[in-house]
Amino acid sequence: MNRYPAWRYALIAFAIAAALLYTLPNFFGESPAVQVSSAKATVKADAALLGRVETALKAGGLQATGIVLDANGLRARFADTDAQLKARDLIEKNLNPDHDNPSYVVALNLLSASPGWLTAVHALPMYLGLDLRGGVHFLLQVDMQAALVKRLEAYGGEIRSLLRDKDLRHAGIAREGSTLRIRFRDAATRDKASQAVAAQIPSLDLARRDDGQDQLLVATLKPAALKSEQELAIKQNITTLNRRVNQLGVAEPVIQQQGADRIVVQLPGVQDTAKAKEILGRTATLEVRLVDEEAMRSGSSFNVDIFPERKRDGSVSNVPVKKQLLVTGDQFVGAQGTFDQDQRPAVSVELNEAGGRIMRQATRENLHKLMAIILIEKGKGEAISVATIQGEFGARFQITGSFTPNETNDLSLLIRAGSLAAPMEIIEERTVGPSLGKENIEKGFNATKWGFIVIVLFMSAYYTLFGMFSSVALGVNLLFLVALLSLLQATLTLPGIAAIALTLGMAIDANVLINERIREEIRAGQSPQAAISAGYERAWGTILDSNVTTLIAGLALLIFGSGPVRGFAVVHCLGILTSIVSSVVVSRAIVNLAYGHRRRVAKLAIGNTAWK
Amino acid sequence: MEFFKIRRVIPFMRHALVFNIISLLTFFAAVFFLAHKGLHFSIEFTGGTLVEVNYQQAADVEKIRTTLDKAGLKGEVQNFGSSRDVLIRLPVEKGQSNAQLSQKVTTLLRAEDASAEVRRVEYVGPQVGEELAEHGLLALLVTAIGIVLYLWIRFEWRFGLSAIIANLHDVVIILGCFALFQWEFSLPVLAAVLAVLGYSVNESVVVFDRVRENFRKMRKAPVPEVIDTSITAVISRTIITHGCTQAMVTTMLLFGGPALHYFALALTIGICFGIYSSVLVASPLVMWLGVDRSQFVRATKKKGAGDENDGAVV
Repeated sequence: MNRYPAWRYALIAFAIAAALLYTLPNFFGESPAVQVSSAKATVKADAALLGRVETALKAGGLQATGIVLDANGLRARFADTDAQLKARDLIEKNLNPDHDNPSYVVALNLLSASPGWLTAVHALPMYLGLDLRGGVHFLLQVDMQAALVKRLEAYGGEIRSLLRDKDLRHAGIAREGSTLRIRFRDAATRDKASQAVAAQIPSLDLARRDDGQDQLLVATLKPAALKSEQELAIKQNITTLNRRVNQLGVAEPVIQQQGADRIVVQLPGVQDTAKAKEILGRTATLEVRLVDEEAMRSGSSFNVDIFPERKRDGSVSNVPVKKQLLVTGDQFVGAQGTFDQDQRPAVSVELNEAGGRIMRQATRENLHKLMAIILIEKGKGEAISVATIQGEFGARFQITGSFTPNETNDLSLLIRAGSLAAPMEIIEERTVGPSLGKENIEKGFNATKWGFIVIVLFMSAYYTLFGMFSSVALGVNLLFLVALLSLLQATLTLPGIAAIALTLGMAIDANVLINERIREEIRAGQSPQAAISAGYERAWGTILDSNVTTLIAGLALLIFGSGPVRGFAVVHCLGILTSIVSSVVVSRAIVNLAYGHRRRVAKLAIGNTAWK
Repeated sequence: MEFFKIRRVIPFMRHALVFNIISLLTFFAAVFFLAHKGLHFSIEFTGGTLVEVNYQQAADVEKIRTTLDKAGLKGEVQNFGSSRDVLIRLPVEKGQSNAQLSQKVTTLLRAEDASAEVRRVEYVGPQVGEELAEHGLLALLVTAIGIVLYLWIRFEWRFGLSAIIANLHDVVIILGCFALFQWEFSLPVLAAVLAVLGYSVNESVVVFDRVRENFRKMRKAPVPEVIDTSITAVISRTIITHGCTQAMVTTMLLFGGPALHYFALALTIGICFGIYSSVLVASPLVMWLGVDRSQFVRATKKKGAGDENDGAVV
């Protein structure tokens, strides 16, 4: 009665062999590597790149222990970190001759040292979380309201030039909260304007109103347009963050949307957190606006935005600018630190086609008037340049101001890296130094190891041979769990390691239940074979019930948990599943192998059952 | 080897009232401490900045405190794990960006002692903290409801209800201990509390399973005797299992370092009280709620005839 059919043994053997295979990469450790990936859409990491890197290394007298080219780029391994650092500098110099405008991201990385055939079957080591490998984690909150306001201001500009083109006179366009209000003297003009605007900008809802004095057209964003605007804003911010992170040279950055308005940025292995934060946290946008010269003369602050301007002599004065935006940061396609004809530091910029067209029109209509370039950083704006428009210009122009050469370089970097569609704020940060990460792994591993040993010793002493079977089953459970984590590439964190330990501690429950039940059956006078069979069968219902209740708690944690708790929950849930399999099926298979094929079993080696 | 040679049924139910009064008193004490002292929430819940700094020599906590005070930073400074590690906690301050704050602390400490190495920085904005607390409570609620429903379907509503009462009272006792000793209540501790909830319910499930089985076998025995027989039968398993789990948790407490300290501590309290409450509190509750043989036997009438000879298998 205690026999499994041959296919069942084969299946279990196959599962264990597969688990061994997928656990294997975790034992090889890591070797230092240099990773090269493309920094631009136009540049591809291909065979030509492989050739260039190989020649560069050869010229520098460095020997890579292996170079792999795949969809993510090129990775070259080295024997030690010394060679790795030298190789990084060498490759960087060779591939990116223009330091300000890199075509490739050259980053240090650690690659699994497992042999190629393991990688080929997707047997990878467990993916360690930032608390184990060190690095930075940021959670950024995107200010959607600000993105909306910006969008409305841009529509305001568009409506203004539309009405001018159609020769429809209006008495002012202003934004109030999340609506645009366009005033007209008479209803006929308003109705015509309404038609024109609706035809040109379909994403606006238009309402006609009469406030007793003027005829009003109130424009709001349609809900669908609002949603798509928000999605666009977050997408643009992610693209911008990607470009900025590329400048940091991080091997495996993670930049993902979380929820409706949040972005997660994870930079494994980054040591210089201050620099990372500075580059990411730069919520700078650039705006080009006209100065309201009337307000400047009268000192009025009505319907204008006022920004401070730092003069060359160090004094600060306030500049009132019109609310209408000419061009914004997302329309800049290039920027370079340079010097103007008087050898003063300047930034030469280039706009995209639409921006160029607006600029040409604006400069033609506002010749000899003042134009301001405003840099908005961390929610505060500063007029970095206020200059008279000397002539009509389009997509290419220079920004001059009271800059030092260093500042122009910084500014051009900022413009090039793209502007954010909406400002962001860091609402969560976790930085873990690499030494702490190593220590965490060690401590977690030690705790699990000693706990495991204690349980194995106790079980073997208390239940003798059956205890040893249970211990083997527990070992198989650990094997399954690690294999599953490696296979799924689930992120392993320190609470995750704790969950492995806890799961093992709880998993032994099933075997205790079974062994106790077998003892009980023997005491009740059952034959050894019948006791085994009844023990497993009767314990099964209990094991299932108790694991389901534990699983309910695990799933609740998985759904509602975030950050470290999530890491715990993933391992906990997987562990419950593997423990049901190993403690019931695997241990039964071992017991069946040991006892099932014997015709006569006088006594089971399950400890003392003789008292009664 | 054999620890438990229990030859007769232990009359647990005779003392049911005593067990419940003890546990009610503990529960009220826990509630009192929770209300009176409150939980010492980690910055994950309250929002704020946390900086862990490692020194070459033993760190002078007092000096670090004065340095921060002078710079106008109100922070909590304490040793963490070893005398060379220091943990600095700073509350959220309006108008102060996190980027500036942790950097400011680092620069200040570096100026004082160049060997200061920042090992960990954590910043949590206040809006995130509120969300975490909310999600934690939701997870607790969903777990509780899920367990009651499952036990209702598998057993009977009386079992579900008494299991959850017994085990939620464990949760309150763990929280009470954290309030009494002002241990830090962090996200991993929350995870531990929920894991304990699932784990202790296990315990009740094992007993209930046996109760159900014995109701079918012991046709003529009164309800308290059925429950006593069931608890006696599984008590050795209960203690061995909890011993094994606790062995694992103890090694975590010993080797896991400061990061896992409170996690393991919460588990320890949970496991110890779990044995008590899930067996000695949940079972009497089931009895008082009016569990009866008729709720289980009907379904297995066909099989019933031969079972009477089995008697108690203990």
